[in-house]
Amino acid sequence: MSPIMQAALTILIGVGGCVGYFYLSNQILDRVLFPARGANAGRNINRANAIRPWLFLFPALFALALYLTYPVFETLRLSLTDRSLGGAFVGLENYARMTDDPKFWEALRNNFLWLLIVPAASTAFGLLAAQLTDRISWGNIAKSLIFMPMAISFVGAAVIFKLVYDARPEDVAQIGILNAVYLQLGGDSPITWLTVPFWNNIFLIIVLIWIQTGFAMVILSAALRGIPEETIEAAIVDGANPFQIFFKIKVPQIAGTIVVVWTTITIVVLKVFDIVFAMTNGQWETQVLANYMYDKLFRANDWGVGSAAAMVIMILVLPILVWNVYNARREMR
Amino acid sequence: MEHIAGRKSGLSWAVHFSALALVIVWVLPTLGLLVSSFRTTDQIRSSGWWAALFPAVQNETYRTADPDEARVDLGDGLYLVSGNIFVEGGVAANLDEIVREITVWGASSRAIDAYQPDEVADLGEGETLTVTARGDYEWRGTADQIEGRGARIFVTVSAPPDFTLGNYQNVLFDPSNREGMSKAFFNTLTVTIPATIIPILIAAFAAYALAWMEFPGRALLIAAVVGLLVVPLQLALIPLLKLHNDIGIGKGYLGVWLAHTGFGLPLAIYLLRNYMVGLPREVIENARVDGATEFQIFTRIILPLSFPALASFAIFQFLWTWNDLLVAMVFLIDSSGETTVMTRQLVEMMGTRGGDWEILATSAFVSIAVPLVVFFSLQRYLVRGLLAGSVK
Repeated sequence: MSPIMQAALTILIGVGGCVGYFYLSNQILDRVLFPARGANAGRNINRANAIRPWLFLFPALFALALYLTYPVFETLRLSLTDRSLGGAFVGLENYARMTDDPKFWEALRNNFLWLLIVPAASTAFGLLAAQLTDRISWGNIAKSLIFMPMAISFVGAAVIFKLVYDARPEDVAQIGILNAVYLQLGGDSPITWLTVPFWNNIFLIIVLIWIQTGFAMVILSAALRGIPEETIEAAIVDGANPFQIFFKIKVPQIAGTIVVVWTTITIVVLKVFDIVFAMTNGQWETQVLANYMYDKLFRANDWGVGSAAAMVIMILVLPILVWNVYNARREMR
Repeated sequence: MEHIAGRKSGLSWAVHFSALALVIVWVLPTLGLLVSSFRTTDQIRSSGWWAALFPAVQNETYRTADPDEARVDLGDGLYLVSGNIFVEGGVAANLDEIVREITVWGASSRAIDAYQPDEVADLGEGETLTVTARGDYEWRGTADQIEGRGARIFVTVSAPPDFTLGNYQNVLFDPSNREGMSKAFFNTLTVTIPATIIPILIAAFAAYALAWMEFPGRALLIAAVVGLLVVPLQLALIPLLKLHNDIGIGKGYLGVWLAHTGFGLPLAIYLLRNYMVGLPREVIENARVDGATEFQIFTRIILPLSFPALASFAIFQFLWTWNDLLVAMVFLIDSSGETTVMTRQLVEMMGTRGGDWEILATSAFVSIAVPLVVFFSLQRYLVRGLLAGSVK
């Protein structure tokens, strides 16, 4: 069967199955189990209404439990066992092996570098872009263009920036714009940017900043528009200059949104994989945790250390997870 | 505001200028790849993509036709060789195809810019040579002068930007090209569509229950969904691959559809619930009073009213599944490579065809094009979804 037929069939079965499940289960509940007729009509209606939410929720809960909750615990278990010993419990041995691996520390160090730079730079550029484009006539076009990288895959962005960073021998024309500019500004010879340790991390980080700035801009732009006009007018009357208005009046009022943008981008950074995988694959000291984990799981086939690395990512995400849940619960009250 | 500050023009110019600079920096990388995908291999190798946007100025050397064959006897002992250097040099197939223009030319390698077009060069003892802007030349002289090899002509040519669709032809439609993107394109499409539609349906029902039905444990479930939003999918790779192997799905489309459905659900439920909670309470309660069942309320009232949120999530999920690499590599692509998706194929090409930018750029653009179209046509919903999904 051709994949396209298979896809069409899956859509049909998936959609039909879902609709059928919801329809039939409701029918059974109302007509067969607890019919709203006869002596117990009132009691039956109440019972049916108590069960119905779970009918609506069941497929989603099942999928969430199986595809996101179970793996967290299973990964934790795998990180504490040894596959070659038939899954015997080995305590923290995998973690010990991981911390003996210099590549792990390199990945952790680089991840912290990413964590420091990407959210800060994306938020700053996003704020700048939001502020600049909000007051000009062609602002919407400018916003669209800065927002555009959001639609481009990490792999596509990797190809795009590989061309930007391309380096060719000294005696032929440079086709990478970075080297062309560098030579124009008086550089001696073209540099293969992605192979210069430490700085190559920055060049990879730039790719993610390029992608995430649009996201920050969109959110912050909406927040800037939500600021009450009176506060700004009052500041102008008091003689504040545009920079004071921006930093002392506007930014404090959208601080909450800035935190949200910051944490959202932080999550993206912790999971960053495609960019490094496609551009350097962790060579030249550019390893990051997600790629390290992929290496261990699927190249070295070392499930123990791979799962341990995945748990490290989970632990780094955990504070944000707790914070988000805490905020969500507070809002519901 | 600026009027009151009294420095409108200065600040306003600075704002326009900074915004323009920012936009240019953000667009340049993509533009470079787009332009490169329309250039031939030789063009890409010989100059940066930015050069393609302007007329290219090059120095070239040609020779007139062989005098012993082509010379025409004009009488009085004078001979003439005429023709067109571009046609004879093979740059243009015929006179109508010449799109380049000679700006200056010369008859000797020491002075290649000695003459303007149409100017007559005096080569001594009555021998003359003239070249027009379009490359037509006339070489006159006596029998002794017009013989041997053709005269050399040094020209400085300005050629207009020249683009080709050949790369796309090659990457998309050439059946003999084993690295073509057409198969990967359809594979990506095959992954994307079910993986976008199925989670929406499942999530919509759950979101409705979480938004408008009273039951114990509701708040806890909502909190759980918020928590699951940020669980890294890296944790799910090995356990789920093991699970898929154990229940006989293995690697394949079914596995990747299920995985994308599971990973997309938290965001879907969260977005849809937030939207549904904001729907007017009276509408739902009136329907309940009128005796509508929950199922009817959901399908007849909630779903149509929630269209903007459904569209937002659909766009997110579409972009995410189309652009995904990791999930496809783990759950879909087996060693046969028959089910490879575009992102995976691009990564492979970056390894094997690293320097062949015409292929790489074109393939990348084939994979980027669909999300870009979706992005620009449905941006409104995307922005709305982003705002609903993060500012809370």
